Amino acid sequence: MSVTLKNVTLPNGNTSNVSIDGEYITSVGHDEHCEILDCTGLVLLPGFVDLHTHLRQPGFEQSETVLTGSQAAAKGGYTAVHPMANTMPVADNAGVVEQVQRLGEEAGLVEVQPIGAVTVGLEGEKLSEMGSMHDSKARVTIFSDDGKCVSDALVMRRALAYVKTFDGVIAQHAQEPRLTQNAQMNDGAVSAELGLAGWPGVAEESIIARDIMLAELTGSRLHVCHVSTKGSIEQIRLGKARGVQVTAEVTPHHLLLTDELARTYDPVYKVNPPLRTQADVEALREALIDGTIDVIGTDHAPHPDEAKQCEWSNAAFGMLGLETAASIAQLVLIDSGKSSWERLAQVLSIVPAQISGLATQGQEIAAGSLANLTLIDPNARTTVVDGGASKSNNQPFRGMELPGRVTHTIFKGKFTVRDGVLTGKA
Amino acid sequence: MNLKHLVSAADLNRMDAIELLDTTAEMAAVSERDVKKLPTLRGKTVVNLFYEDSTRTRVSFEVAEKRLSADVVNVSSKGSSVSKGESLKDTVQTLAAISADIVVMRHSSSGAAHTLANSDWFDGSVINAGDGTHEHPTQALLDAYTLRSRLFGAASGKGLDGVNVAIVGDIAHSRVARSNLFLLKTLGAQVHLIAPPTLLPKALGQQAASSFHNFDHAIDEHNFDAVMMLRVQSERMNAAFFPSEAEYAKLWGLNRERFERMNPGTLVMHPGPMNRGLEIDSFCADSPNSTVLDQVKNGVSARMAVLYHLVGNERNA
Repeated sequence: MSVTLKNVTLPNGNTSNVSIDGEYITSVGHDEHCEILDCTGLVLLPGFVDLHTHLRQPGFEQSETVLTGSQAAAKGGYTAVHPMANTMPVADNAGVVEQVQRLGEEAGLVEVQPIGAVTVGLEGEKLSEMGSMHDSKARVTIFSDDGKCVSDALVMRRALAYVKTFDGVIAQHAQEPRLTQNAQMNDGAVSAELGLAGWPGVAEESIIARDIMLAELTGSRLHVCHVSTKGSIEQIRLGKARGVQVTAEVTPHHLLLTDELARTYDPVYKVNPPLRTQADVEALREALIDGTIDVIGTDHAPHPDEAKQCEWSNAAFGMLGLETAASIAQLVLIDSGKSSWERLAQVLSIVPAQISGLATQGQEIAAGSLANLTLIDPNARTTVVDGGASKSNNQPFRGMELPGRVTHTIFKGKFTVRDGVLTGKA
Repeated sequence: MNLKHLVSAADLNRMDAIELLDTTAEMAAVSERDVKKLPTLRGKTVVNLFYEDSTRTRVSFEVAEKRLSADVVNVSSKGSSVSKGESLKDTVQTLAAISADIVVMRHSSSGAAHTLANSDWFDGSVINAGDGTHEHPTQALLDAYTLRSRLFGAASGKGLDGVNVAIVGDIAHSRVARSNLFLLKTLGAQVHLIAPPTLLPKALGQQAASSFHNFDHAIDEHNFDAVMMLRVQSERMNAAFFPSEAEYAKLWGLNRERFERMNPGTLVMHPGPMNRGLEIDSFCADSPNSTVLDQVKNGVSARMAVLYHLVGNERNA
């Protein structure tokens, strides 16, 4: 592909022309090509990188496939996603992660970089063959039992130490299992009234505190998935101040929604960790702005209608997120007047790419970088109507008007989304 | 009264609640007649959909429905998860297809009645006969009626203003406690919650007039018009909420000694079934102050009143 993005706004606020030839950015500043795309008013960002995606394949193709998940990702401005290991079979060996990566290449819309399981079958007991997954074609560097916590302290210690072999990182779903037995929603005033079993913040915070100590002990890298409470942020802030290699992620829904929504008993709001209070939402927003939280990870978790059109306690945990993440990031960072497009580029692209070690993602917008790019119209406002390109429909933002719109996504120099419409395989 | 469903006691305003108590009194009079029957629900189909075992509540509803001349269908089903069999949605759509008018549902999942009432699966009326650890609104109505008639006699149009009611026991997991807290407050009563800290959520304590962890201190500080003892569910006994049944009985049980330190007229209430010797001893359970059998009897009248008003609403629509 050969195109010039004319009059585009760069993350630093300057307006320029960016030319792409083949898979690469060839120049910033000059008009070069015959195809000119007028980008007046649009913001150009490095393509987004999601560290926390559930593509559900293999095993749960009724919810999502690598293809439909890739489509949702492209529409959301993503050029790379990290599918979690809780598939059927579990991605706890080289065979499964290579299969998922191959499906990603076939879909051809985003880079699909699988995450491997920490323990065999996500059972939390025996380490999976993380070295083999790293050495496989899938080049796995992030390992997670997401959906379940690696709750055994000894297993967690060993896992953290072991992945140092290849500079891997353990992404922890922090949830003390005994404190959250049968838990349905945030433990607090609303759960007391609704009679739903509570999921207390300390169940997350105590695991984070422990894991930070283990990361310090082993000198290894810890990534904390979907941080949801004010108390967790305090733990991470303390860990970072001590120099521990800990990074933290927040989901778009924890930046916007609260446990008051459970009053509807609509399971579309049932998610793990649960929606918390307004005080938590505000603390998470501040932490994202001040850098205590490093990245936004969607925890895009598709589920079929039958898993959501039922009683709350029988419903599945999880909500969609890929197509709305950029808008929520804009709401929190830009429209609040508190941060910048440069910060948005960091949390949605640059830092997640660094954590995962993806060299061609989150690159500087400069000549020689691979053209993985996203264009946003920050002045558009979109009312969320449905689940979008995802195969599932568990859309918690339905009916909400959100700022901004991803107009174009460019993956390896080709449009995957143009004027908001999927173009097909890049 | 514009009542389509009865899902939560919190949905009732004071006027509606008092009207329901007044209607309960009228229905109680019907039950004293030789022919205990009204034609209100003639030609209507009421389904008692019970996902949890409950002889007392189901029988009470069934008698109420039959006294109002309804066609009654009982459906019981244990467990309701999609994996175990038919989903709630499919079951209810089946009932809708055979033209059920009212579904009375008992379910182990908190909010199930709310979900059903707000769904498009069924356009009839929904009565919550107990949902998980959330609410049991008809129990609260029959308790309020029992209190009003025992304290004030025929008291048409009156609430429970200034009445002091203690609810004692497993507040955290009790749908009876929640519904009573909401309804008794609406009716003007002072509700006091008494429970071990493991079984008393802070947020509910804050909604009450007062809350105590020590039963004896509560008795010292307040003159209760009634104490409502909650059943201790067996599944709590081995889940670290309290050390032993004996200790629970000692600290939070209603026994003769505590009973005799209260006002001579203090009513003793229990939604049943009782664990005698645990949350209540036989002296109290069998004393003239006990309302346990009144509660059972009034349950039929209160449920007739709710059914009567649901159908009345349909007529006005």
